[in-house]
Amino acid sequence: MSLSRDRLISIALVSPSILAVLVFVYGFIFWSVRVSMSNWVGLLPDYSWAGLANYRNLMHDPRFHIDVRNTVIFTVLFVAGCLALGLILAVLLDQGLRGETFFRNLFLFPMAISFIVTGVVWRWLMNPAQGSRISGLNLLFDKMGLDFLINQWYTTPYWGIGFIAIPAIWQMSGYTMALYLGGLRSIPDEVREAARVDGASEWQLYRYVILPLLSPITLTAMIILGHISLKVFDLIVAVAGKQLPLDVPAIYMWTTTFDGGFYNRGAAIGILLLLSVAVLVIPYLRYTLRTEAEL
Amino acid sequence: MKTQRASWLYLPLLLMAAFYILPMYIMLSTGFKSFAEVSLKTMWNLPTGIHLENFQRAYEALAPNLWNSVRLVVPAAIISSILGSLNGFVLAKWKFRGADLIFPLILFGMFIPYQSILIPLVEFMKRINLYGGIWGLVLTHVIYGIPITTLTFRNYYAGIPVELVEASRIDGAGILGVYWHIMLPLSIPSFVVVLIWQFTAAWNDFLFAVVLTKPASWPVTVALNNLAGSQIIEWNVQMAGSFLAALPTLLVYIFLGRYFLRGLLAGAVKG
Repeated sequence: MSLSRDRLISIALVSPSILAVLVFVYGFIFWSVRVSMSNWVGLLPDYSWAGLANYRNLMHDPRFHIDVRNTVIFTVLFVAGCLALGLILAVLLDQGLRGETFFRNLFLFPMAISFIVTGVVWRWLMNPAQGSRISGLNLLFDKMGLDFLINQWYTTPYWGIGFIAIPAIWQMSGYTMALYLGGLRSIPDEVREAARVDGASEWQLYRYVILPLLSPITLTAMIILGHISLKVFDLIVAVAGKQLPLDVPAIYMWTTTFDGGFYNRGAAIGILLLLSVAVLVIPYLRYTLRTEAEL
Repeated sequence: MKTQRASWLYLPLLLMAAFYILPMYIMLSTGFKSFAEVSLKTMWNLPTGIHLENFQRAYEALAPNLWNSVRLVVPAAIISSILGSLNGFVLAKWKFRGADLIFPLILFGMFIPYQSILIPLVEFMKRINLYGGIWGLVLTHVIYGIPITTLTFRNYYAGIPVELVEASRIDGAGILGVYWHIMLPLSIPSFVVVLIWQFTAAWNDFLFAVVLTKPASWPVTVALNNLAGSQIIEWNVQMAGSFLAALPTLLVYIFLGRYFLRGLLAGAVKG
């Protein structure tokens, strides 16, 4: 009797949240899919059927091609940069140096800051002006005699988007470091000792023993970073505003929907973004939850 | 062996430290300069003294938005933490049939690109008359915060021995008694983690805010981005404004950093 009453209470406790998530996540996704298959342009909703026309149009849309290209460049540089930097920092901090806590906190603090703040500051650091109006990092390079490093940053033709990865790495590499550091700490000392006894050099130890042991962490980090980079939006807006050479799907969705009134196209971009994230995240969630259940 | 290696290892560490400090340095050194010494030519020089003009100007421009942010994040963080705790408790210790199916469905909500729900969200908020103001944004943060808060609490509660629950049930406690007298007191550290995390996430959000609020209700991220895009506001004021916008979460990080890190790692699903 009391058990079934508790059962009812337990369901009553979680049902508002479950209902909210079902409506706001799954209901809204379904609603977006419907909008993406409509002819809704302008402020008044128009649900007349358009089939897959909006998706087909995107496939032939030069702006969307730029977006996909930019996302690929950004993702590769951002994920690779965060993994490399995060791993290096974690290995350095794992050597038992003094001041470890200080350095760890220093590398992590950008995580606490919003992409908007990061973007506004880096916008000035990456000021592309040269000659008499030189400033930011270009000015610093000039003063240090490193003139060969002076460049046009995010205004570089074609590769501009790659420079947006610098503030993004600045912000997220500390997080990657924390993930790796957790992994390094969980490797028992005996493993290292055994490898050293077998005559492995420090390099070989890391390359052939520790790095393979860290591969689950690398996978986790790749998925988390990858899905962040597919969604990148506010950082670009804060660094450079909305400009075509630095366009990505998330910005295109925003401007075409809320500035342009192309709700049908905006919804289609949103759904494509969702699909690309789902391809990454769903297998990952299944994998993590299954290994968790086995423990 | 270790001591031999130690000294040169500081070189790369210090180089990296410079990279992480650089934006902080430029934000603060510019902020503390007087209007007279601000110039792009000398942007790397230290200020000659402590001047607060830039911060005053930035505060004048951003004060209403900073307060909007406070009014947004406090209720959003508290409500979504409470919901997360209740969900986590039931999903870890009082599983109902289908709970193992529901959990991944909730979790997925944490990863979705919000562009895929943005149009319905705006339409929905307009229909229930919450579009444009702070409360619609609070509701949005509460709901899309449920996945991560539920995850964190569920992982925490899963680690609490079942015997504790069973013992108190033998003593006659119902589900609410178990939650209130056993679980809640034990989960204060988790509450700190989740509150900090939700505080930071809501404070730093831009996308929901820019789409759902009108200028009078803009939180500080939207206002700062607007400030940075304007031609009238000087870059030194922008730097000072950036610092003001970052300060609350930075303070949280400095004083409660350990908890912040735990919240971060909870986002990697495995608790």
